[in-house]
Amino acid sequence: MRVVMRAVMRATMLLSALLANAAVAQEALTIASKRFTESYILGEIIAQTARSAGETQVAHKPGLGNTGIVFAALQAGSIDAYPEYTGTIARELLKSDAADLAASAAINRELAPLALAAGIPFGFNNTYALAMREAEAAALGISTVSDLAQHVGLKLGLSQEFLQREDGWRALKRAYSLPFTAPRAIDHGLAYEALVADEIDVIDIYSTDAKIAEYELRVLRDDRKVFPAYDAVLLYRADLPRRLPKTWATLQKLEGSISAGAMIAMNARAELGGIGFAQIAEDFLASARSLPDTADSLPNTADRRRFIDLLFGPDFWRLTREHLLLVLVSLAAAVAAGVPLGVWAARSPSAASSILASVSVIQTIPSLALLAFLIPLLNRIGTLPALIALFLYSLLPIVRNTHSGLVSIAPALRESARALGLPSFARLRLIELPLAAPSIAAGIKTAAIISVGTATIAAFIGAGGYGERIAAGLAVNDNAILLSGAIPAAALALLIEGGFALVQRWLSPAGLRGPKLT
Amino acid sequence: MITLDRVARTFDGQPALAPTTLRFAAGQTTVVIGPSGCGKSTLLRLIAGLLQPDSGRVAIDGVEMHAGNEDQLRHTIGYVIQDGGLFPHLTARQNVALLARFLKRPPAWIAARIDELRVLVNLRGELLAHYPQQLSGGQRQRIALMRALMLEPKLLLLDEPLGALDPLIRAELQAELKSIFARLGKTVVLVTHDMNEAAHFADDIVLLRDGRVVQRGALDDLIKRPAEAFVGDFIRAQKSILDAKIRETGL
Repeated sequence: MRVVMRAVMRATMLLSALLANAAVAQEALTIASKRFTESYILGEIIAQTARSAGETQVAHKPGLGNTGIVFAALQAGSIDAYPEYTGTIARELLKSDAADLAASAAINRELAPLALAAGIPFGFNNTYALAMREAEAAALGISTVSDLAQHVGLKLGLSQEFLQREDGWRALKRAYSLPFTAPRAIDHGLAYEALVADEIDVIDIYSTDAKIAEYELRVLRDDRKVFPAYDAVLLYRADLPRRLPKTWATLQKLEGSISAGAMIAMNARAELGGIGFAQIAEDFLASARSLPDTADSLPNTADRRRFIDLLFGPDFWRLTREHLLLVLVSLAAAVAAGVPLGVWAARSPSAASSILASVSVIQTIPSLALLAFLIPLLNRIGTLPALIALFLYSLLPIVRNTHSGLVSIAPALRESARALGLPSFARLRLIELPLAAPSIAAGIKTAAIISVGTATIAAFIGAGGYGERIAAGLAVNDNAILLSGAIPAAALALLIEGGFALVQRWLSPAGLRGPKLT
Repeated sequence: MITLDRVARTFDGQPALAPTTLRFAAGQTTVVIGPSGCGKSTLLRLIAGLLQPDSGRVAIDGVEMHAGNEDQLRHTIGYVIQDGGLFPHLTARQNVALLARFLKRPPAWIAARIDELRVLVNLRGELLAHYPQQLSGGQRQRIALMRALMLEPKLLLLDEPLGALDPLIRAELQAELKSIFARLGKTVVLVTHDMNEAAHFADDIVLLRDGRVVQRGALDDLIKRPAEAFVGDFIRAQKSILDAKIRETGL
């Protein structure tokens, strides 16, 4: 009991420290980016530029999520600005078909009621496009999207987001009367490989993708002008210029500063050169709009060296701290709630079935779905919804093991405790919980190990941790980055497993351990 | 004195104890005996308040047990079951001292009392530091008895206390227990299925069958004046196997 009480107190302290942190963070400027290379780079460029104004603390939440999540975060005020594209703002966020919405003034008219604004066009247009292998496109004589309609046999592999968006596949299919019924959904980061491997024939791309040249692709002309202009701009909370005037003035320097060519080159440095986003942004800003020669800076050799550098990169301790915080705080809360729930279930057979069923049902909700569900409910992204999701997932093993540990105590022992004249709570504290301790500890261990794995998903909603690297690696299809997040997560799981073996030993009373000693 | 007044109990609709009226005199040892499933353990658990009667009343020195007084009342009852019921996560000493410590008795008092009891049950002192699983069955029963006697209860209830022991240790502990009961002068109710054990411990035997009292009296009464044929059958059944064996082997 004392152990549990202490754990609860510690969890409460940690949680309040965390919330205090979040409150402080609201005072500073928080930039976010979406989960793809270009957005990461733009986010870094914006953050570094803002930082150079020296007016406030600037945080960058890289790869916070897809459009919906990042926009929700902006509306909720969890972030202040992020790089977005005019076409996305008009069609996807404002749900408007009006052609004139391409114009910046019109967009801002619509954004004003939301207390948001768009500005600082960076200087390039990154529109959606379809691409094929050059050789096959040439053989079939396909150069425009219209030409596709003649080739029903082609296999389409489209990104989830493209398939879902109003201005994506649906608009294209309508406008060109394309006959393809069921395009395959494929992660954007993996689409190029699948295309090159002949698994699919047509993919959706962004027109500044680094790999267009790399893989010798033909970009199909949008001959019916279905895709709107996707000028890269800063989407921000309308109070930003007033709140941070100096920073705002500094950010104006970015207007028209990035050409499509420069953007492709920077994307290439990240995806093909394996150079960190922060470094690319720094180089870009330092060289005053003249990029270093891409070819020179591709460190294709020494892959292992690069992996080690990535693994123990400067963010290693921050990510470790964030990951541990997620796991330990949610675990402490799950112990504080789960053990009493398990006790309740063990004491009341009528409550047991509903308690165990509820925690089991929670377990069946896919983690991303649960996170997506928690964000609108809490109206915020990041650590809190992640903690709640991890807490909910940790309940089942703890509640179930507490319950089974208690109900499996020999009836003769329980009766002996009653016959002694120990009151109910004393029986629980002195006899039943110590006897169930090995089972409860095993449940906590299971919860902790599951948590370490599940916590990687929390990065998709900006809660940080090793998952940040996994998300980044997936987004740019870079296995080294992905592994630099996955391996520490696996190592952490093993460490926790080992640590818990010790705790379990300590929690198991000597009389319950091992074989007879005499 | 323990009084049972038309006490009855069923389990899942099956009668475990028919309405039974019994008195157990203070300061005496009474043995409750009968075949498996006759209701003898049920009777003991009803006295200890571990089971509630469906009807009738149980009183100890005129006091009935209820939710408000059950813990205090149980502090005046020592209860020992077949394999001791010792808590495996506590050492022998912790088992014995558990209740006294919970009730905040002074440590010095606890230590002195444990020493006294250790001598009474004839247990080597170093065994008190052992966990139950490190002790033999006989040692465990001695410790269970110490735990039951810790707070000087006026009543001692034992449910097959020697049932799990091998014959030699059993005979030894049987003799010791009888002298302990005699020295302490407590009200003792001992449940067993073994006629030899019953005869050894008491002149007052209650024979149960199918949840009702068949006969009560001294062994002599049961043999010479059986209330029904079952009494003779029960006594003979326990005796005959061994007798036949002894005749056969000429031991």
